[in-house]
Amino acid sequence: MSYDVIIIGAGVTGAAAARELSRYRLKVLVLEKEAEPAFGVSKSNSGIVHAGTQNPPSSLKGWLCVEGNRMIREELAADLGLHFVQCGQLIAVFDLADLPELETIKAEGEALGVKDMRVVDRAWLDANEPNLGPEVKAALLVPTAGIISPYRFVYALIENAVKNGAELKTSAKVAGIRRREGGGFYVEAGGRVYTTKFLVNAAGLRADEISAMAGAPTFTITPRKGEEYLLDKKREHIANHIIFPLPSKTSKGILIIKTSDGNPMIGPTAHDTGDKDDLATTEEGLAEVLAGARRMMPSVSKGDIIAYFAGLRPVAGKDFIIRHESAAPGLVNAAGIQSPGLTAAPAIAVMIADILKKQGLPLEPKDQFHRLRQRTEHLFMSSPEEARRLIAKNPAYGDIVCRCELVSAQEVRDAVRHGATTLDGVKFRTRAQAGRCHGGFCTTRILKIMQEELGRPVTELTKRGPGSEIVKDERK
Amino acid sequence: MKRRELVIVGGGPAGMAAALAARAAGVEDVLLLERDQHLGGILNQCIHPGFGLHHFKEELTGPEYADRFAALVHADPGIEVSLRSFVVKLGKDRELSYLRPGAMEDIQAGAVILATGCRERTREMIPIPGSRPAGVFPAGLAQKMVNMEGWIPGREAVIVGSGDIGLIMARRMALEGVAVKAVIEIQKTSRGLVRNVVQCLEDFGIPLRFQHRLTAIHGADRVEKVSVVRVDDDFKDIPGTAFEIACDTVLVSVGLIPENELLEMAGGAVDRRTNTPVADEVNLTSLPGVFACGNACKVYDLADSVTRDSELAGRMAAKYLGVPA
Ligand SMILES: Cc1cc2nc3c(=O)[nH]c(=O)nc-3n(C[C@H](O)[C@H](O)[C@H](O)COP(=O)(O)OP(=O)(O)OC[C@H]3O[C@@H](n4cnc5c(N)ncnc54)[C@H](O)[C@@H]3O)c2cc1C
Ligand SMILES: Cc1cc2nc3c(=O)[nH]c(=O)nc-3n(C[C@H](O)[C@H](O)[C@H](O)COP(=O)(O)OP(=O)(O)OC[C@H]3O[C@@H](n4cnc5c(N)ncnc54)[C@H](O)[C@@H]3O)c2cc1C
Repeated sequence: MSYDVIIIGAGVTGAAAARELSRYRLKVLVLEKEAEPAFGVSKSNSGIVHAGTQNPPSSLKGWLCVEGNRMIREELAADLGLHFVQCGQLIAVFDLADLPELETIKAEGEALGVKDMRVVDRAWLDANEPNLGPEVKAALLVPTAGIISPYRFVYALIENAVKNGAELKTSAKVAGIRRREGGGFYVEAGGRVYTTKFLVNAAGLRADEISAMAGAPTFTITPRKGEEYLLDKKREHIANHIIFPLPSKTSKGILIIKTSDGNPMIGPTAHDTGDKDDLATTEEGLAEVLAGARRMMPSVSKGDIIAYFAGLRPVAGKDFIIRHESAAPGLVNAAGIQSPGLTAAPAIAVMIADILKKQGLPLEPKDQFHRLRQRTEHLFMSSPEEARRLIAKNPAYGDIVCRCELVSAQEVRDAVRHGATTLDGVKFRTRAQAGRCHGGFCTTRILKIMQEELGRPVTELTKRGPGSEIVKDERK
Repeated sequence: MKRRELVIVGGGPAGMAAALAARAAGVEDVLLLERDQHLGGILNQCIHPGFGLHHFKEELTGPEYADRFAALVHADPGIEVSLRSFVVKLGKDRELSYLRPGAMEDIQAGAVILATGCRERTREMIPIPGSRPAGVFPAGLAQKMVNMEGWIPGREAVIVGSGDIGLIMARRMALEGVAVKAVIEIQKTSRGLVRNVVQCLEDFGIPLRFQHRLTAIHGADRVEKVSVVRVDDDFKDIPGTAFEIACDTVLVSVGLIPENELLEMAGGAVDRRTNTPVADEVNLTSLPGVFACGNACKVYDLADSVTRDSELAGRMAAKYLGVPA
């Protein structure tokens, strides 16, 4: 099988690149080692569409973030049917002596093109963010920041890319890369060998290994762990903005994060770890997150926590690495995509396309590019009128499977028909099992629907791919 | 909006007892809404004996106990049972909405009884740190998988918590050939019934470790092992006592939480710690005409007591409705 471009990794970076390249007359293949897209870093992050503040004005990630933010706000969210909420962000200070630092952040943000920022005082905060604790004295308001569901963003990008002709292979781990005489690469994945003229490396935490495999061992990735704690949806309205403390030298600090699905989140920590598979949460992490969040909002309580996870930022120095590697002609790296990679992804994708073009890949637009993707239906986001219309159209939207998050049997079926093959895939697409009971009520029902849709015995169904089977044996 | 005299949310033992008692007290029109495909609630998965000793003076299994009430409910023309009907909204003036396959219905109720039962506390609520592999189940979910679907979740299990559900599931898993390595309990004693400690653990040689706690779950895709440590009387870890247990399954049985999200939505007062309605008397809520009974009101050990108190709730609702006139 021969391709113009093979993209390694179906996280947000790879998915955005695939969609961007699917505008052109190219044969594009995405190879992903996990059972589904978005199972890497892109599933475990804060879901913030950053405005672009708190990045050095000269940095690549700074301007890619501002441009990615603009693209999501002005084009992508609507085109791809995504639930983007422009709730804005506050950067809070605990001491009025720190006000000059807010002015610096504001000036640096303006240099990058961030618009409409202003410092707000305690009276404004009392009116607009009533749950803030007394320690908070003032804040910088950044109105262009917002929130999005990170995995549904990836699914939408990849679905749309596939609709426009790109191919996706999951459970296809790239195990070997060889240069071809006369240019291009042989790529071995999932027991098959593919040929390609160009390679885009969007392998997240493994991007250093992939680059080395292709002949360019030019950087290393150090994971930086972030633990996040989700609160019950009942606390949805504790905050109206994403709230940051004034950043310290080492981290953006512990945030109070609105999420587009309603559950507020607190976190993330930021600690380097040597292990790319270390996704464990810790008692120290929980204590750090709770203390940080409570300083801004004292009413946040441990009892509100319904879920937690850890994600690893793929760090390769201070900035993103997005470049063609002359040591391996044809290889374009999109590596070190730490925060704000989720936001920057659409802009990174355009940059990748540009680099490929400069390296000789012709980009001829297709006659017809399907820019739009139909929104998937979610009862929990529907008004009563919309819910009624959905149920009238298809009775199974009235058949509730997940009672904590209000997910119907039809939504679970839709998820499987859109590519979910695992329980986590269903959860990320629909929210079923993501609520306060953690699947206590709905897991068996979801497994039965998956059995029907996929035609597989229950013992073959997994949480997130081979090895994570849920049911070990069936009673005869 | 349709008007109904009494709407009961939840068709477990609480909802059924309340419906029958309200009818006996003279309420003419009862609508019983149940999310599941059958009546009985949590009892349907409790296939062990131990129900009915007080109410029927004989020992029944959970489904047998439930079926006796379900038969009476179905036989009563004054009770309309609507299954697969999930109440999504309740307002303070007792207007409610429910979804069922094919429809969303809005109703104005004269009185409402919430009999929505409990959900289980989860691993996330204790919380147990470590990785998040497959193989960690709330014990009640494991019970449903084994008893209702015939699905055996694992082969080597550790159980966290020695309440009745943890104890009963230890035995259930052992009977299915699963090696139950230990029951881990942070307290000095079991919250469960003594007969369950004896019949479920001792008879099966399952070790019960008091004053121990799980400090981490390990495993990338599926559980591989757990870390355990001994704690002192102040629940502080005792240095040098940590050890590991290899297993592929962890059942978490650390208590139940009343489901009162509907009451909260309607503006009723709910205790933030226990999630129970704030009210002076059993079965009452802070909203006039809205009652809560069974496990939604408080966590009961015995279904028989649920039945007794829920019958009272049915009569209280009848009185509120001015019946008999
Ligand atoms: C705690 C935390 C919070 C964050 N919060 C935010 C935020 O609020 N806003 C924001 O903009 N950014 C945020 N980020 C950053 C953001 O999540 C990342 O920048 C982004 O997800 C990176 O996406 P990616 O596609 O490059 O990597 P990934 O999502 O990891 O994708 C790489 C993919 O490559 C696959 N892969 C690896 N090796 C191979 C192989 N050999 N063969 C085939 N496939 C392979 C992996 O399985 C994976 O799916 C956060 C990150 C963390 C950790
Ligand atoms: C594992 C376990 C073992 C037990 N063992 C024993 C024993 O050995 N002996 C004993 O006497 N007792 C035992 N009990 C206790 C007893 O079973 C419970 O106390 C009793 O079932 C509680 O009854 P309930 O009707 O309040 O709740 P449930 O039985 O939980 O019923 C609640 C019902 O409400 C429905 N519902 C919830 N929300 C909605 C909504 N929004 N819309 C519509 N319907 C809704 C649910 O689907 C459910 O059917 C056990 C309990 C458990 C969990």
